Amino acid sequence: MAIFINADSKVIVQGMTGSEGTKHTTRMLASGTTIVGGVNPRKAGTTQTFPLGEGTRDIPVFGTVAEAVETTGANVSVIFVPPAFTKAAVVEAIEAQVPLVVIITEGVPVADTAEFFALAAEKGVRLIGPNCPGIISPGKSNVGIIPADITGPGKIGLVSKSGTLTYQMMYELRDFGFSTAIGIGGDPVIGTTHIDALEAFEADPETEAIVMIGEIGGDAEERAAEYIKQHVTKPVVGYVAGFTAPEG
Amino acid sequence: MDLFEYQARDVFEKYGVPVLRGIVARSPQEARAAAEQLGGGTVVVKAQVKTGGRGKAGGVKLAHSPDEAAARAEEILGLDIKGHVVQTLMIAEGAKIAEEFYFSLLLDRANRSLLAMASVEGGMEIEQLAVERPEALAKVQVDPRTGIDAAKAAEIVAAAGFDASIADEVAAVLVKLGEVYRGEDATLVEVNPLVRTEDGAIVALDGKVTLDDNAAFRHPEHAALEDAAATDPLEAKAKENDLNYVKLDGSVGVIGNGAGLVMSTLDVVAYAGEKHGGVKPANFLDIGGGASAAVMAAGLDVILGDEQVRSVFVNVFGGITACDEVANGIVQALATLGDAANKPLVVRLDGNNVEEGRRILAEANHPLVTLAETMDGGADKAAELANAAA
Repeated sequence: MAIFINADSKVIVQGMTGSEGTKHTTRMLASGTTIVGGVNPRKAGTTQTFPLGEGTRDIPVFGTVAEAVETTGANVSVIFVPPAFTKAAVVEAIEAQVPLVVIITEGVPVADTAEFFALAAEKGVRLIGPNCPGIISPGKSNVGIIPADITGPGKIGLVSKSGTLTYQMMYELRDFGFSTAIGIGGDPVIGTTHIDALEAFEADPETEAIVMIGEIGGDAEERAAEYIKQHVTKPVVGYVAGFTAPEG
Repeated sequence: MDLFEYQARDVFEKYGVPVLRGIVARSPQEARAAAEQLGGGTVVVKAQVKTGGRGKAGGVKLAHSPDEAAARAEEILGLDIKGHVVQTLMIAEGAKIAEEFYFSLLLDRANRSLLAMASVEGGMEIEQLAVERPEALAKVQVDPRTGIDAAKAAEIVAAAGFDASIADEVAAVLVKLGEVYRGEDATLVEVNPLVRTEDGAIVALDGKVTLDDNAAFRHPEHAALEDAAATDPLEAKAKENDLNYVKLDGSVGVIGNGAGLVMSTLDVVAYAGEKHGGVKPANFLDIGGGASAAVMAAGLDVILGDEQVRSVFVNVFGGITACDEVANGIVQALATLGDAANKPLVVRLDGNNVEEGRRILAEANHPLVTLAETMDGGADKAAELANAAA
């Protein structure tokens, strides 16, 4: 078990053929993620070759998300397209009914995020991000840019607003390992919140303890603390960065 | 980015929101000329500062003639309002106010949506109204995909209890304010007060607008709205290089990747500093998730330009940024800066390609650079060096 992703997750990459997309698709493949396709209308019908272990792996490129889903049965999409095109990419994934969409892109206008979040909520699609490192269940699947070699599977669930603090914390707790570590992103509007992740970790039998990392700004951490008091029975350790940060 | 009142007024005007005439003045002479241009009658001299409570601080005054406008301008210019020194005024047309209202449209983080708030009891601080008479402040959810259309405007007006005689006119203004919000990629559009004048017009008398910096790519015109005068020169330099930098008061320069890690680094440095003469972090500098060697060099350049800095702590965990790139950036930056690089650097690298990163730094063997194994150890070393150099 794990939350939101597992060994059966079939992942497509929107923006796979770009430089960031290519780089991180290579890493995701190396960490065992089942990547079934990329999306780029201008390169539809081609394949892209990635190094994998001793050999290579050819990944098909589709013209649309709908086509990729129909052909491969993909149930996760990860997005590496630039901010100006992110809204269109997310909307396309939602319309294609991909149940989980992970948005790595940083710098998405918040009006765009608010719009595609409203659509996702209506269609029952879970979003993670934007401006996040993604989600990893070590040994099962790794969707995004979290370095997979920090640590292995274990019983801790981690939810964090900050990317690099996610890695730092996984490193500090590497002797224990993780059921799932999820970076939810620090933008004002995000698809999956601390509370969503806490709820999922509470329900996940493999997760025995939860680490929650926040940042100053907004009141999401306060709301999460209130939620924990009411609904979470597993031990939760919380950390909010920014004790010494200046105001404003 | 927060706009000044006069900038918000200009944006409102562009979208057809009814506003009064207002002219910017930066000296008593300009204030007199502006008052003359507005007809020579009663004007309001208003301090342009990006903070609340300026009325109580003496930053808003009536003037009944151009000479009086110049005298009031003289009094207000240079005034310190909560740390903001007044450098700009708006000379605004006077209005005979019959009633004051409140309206705002803002990003509602908790509900991941937009929220409109309106009240027919305007003129007071909205936080105070929300606490003392919450029932007088109508809150209406607004779908970010449709914004404030005619039906939504009517719903807000009804919820707030605007009088039927002005409901249609107010609703029309709200639709236009909604267009400002969406058209300019704002995260806040506030009008306080929105007024009914004695001759029956609905006017946005004072506006506050916050723009989304992430949307700057589709609004090249927003760059001109930035307040260059108020920016610290080091912050300006950082901004030119797309670095997220905030100057603080201490002596340990901090560079990291990712806002959370940098904030955490500040905490750790401040804590370590307690053992080393109370030294504190000198800045917040986030070189970003995908920082290249060039970005690292620009960051170091900014920090070493801060005279208060005695040591620098570079704390990087490689995710998108690979540690070898960071290491190369440090080596290149030190080469470029040459003799200008005269402060000790403590570098702690971990994560992606860490071995290669450490190898590059060890090979370069720069006399100023110390490698740290852990974040706590690095913070301690940097604090110690800053204290020793003080």
